[in-house]
Amino acid sequence: MRDGESSVLDRFRQGNVDAFETLFRLHQRAVYGWVLRIVRRPDAAEEVTVEAFWRIHKAHARFDPQRSFEAWARTIATHAALDWLRSHRLERESLSESFVEGPAPVTPDPAVTAEIRNRTALAFGRLPPRLRIAALLAVVEELPHKEVAEALGISVTAVKLRVFRALRLLRRDLQQQGIAP
Amino acid sequence: MNTHDQDRIQHLLREALPPTQPAEPARDLWPALLERLNAQPIAALRTVPLLDWALALGLVALVAIAPATIPVLLYYL
Repeated sequence: MRDGESSVLDRFRQGNVDAFETLFRLHQRAVYGWVLRIVRRPDAAEEVTVEAFWRIHKAHARFDPQRSFEAWARTIATHAALDWLRSHRLERESLSESFVEGPAPVTPDPAVTAEIRNRTALAFGRLPPRLRIAALLAVVEELPHKEVAEALGISVTAVKLRVFRALRLLRRDLQQQGIAP
Repeated sequence: MNTHDQDRIQHLLREALPPTQPAEPARDLWPALLERLNAQPIAALRTVPLLDWALALGLVALVAIAPATIPVLLYYL
């Protein structure tokens, strides 16, 4: 670690607001991008990013300057995003909207109709947030299980278990709607 | 659920929710964060329990009504 960064981290740990702003400017894009992967709405991602950095500031005294600030910030941001998912249970309309506005698959499968995609997105929105977040990061974003585990503060085995449970619940929900995956 | 089912449902999920593209905030988020930081002392005052405020007001009232109690209060502080 360079001396300059180390100094900023030390000053941040002591509660220096200028050091905090420096770290915010350095990491806000990465944290926003990470949060967007989870909440999937730009306005919500901005809100959660502010909340995450607010929590980071409150926890400044607990930061270990020997650790990676980015990894620490990501863990805090993940929990802020999880809290957002819990408090903003996606309604049918908002989820449909985010689905419509979201990026289209690079190579869409012609066998999967728009209605099936929409129903799958809605069923996914009904999953418990802690299962949804694991599936979003591990399956949709295709991140390594180790990275997801670190962000969620759980073991790799727990991530695999949550993903499996999410997929099983999703399959059951779709089957009840007459969609056989 | 076997591996084949798992692969199918994962495929369906990726079709329904494609991965997000790299993006950055549409605006500078620092002012919003700074506003929260500046509001912190007021928020801290709001977290003081009502009973504590009532006790403080009671003491002020007592001192105003009976100034002779000040030495007694100071003795017990």
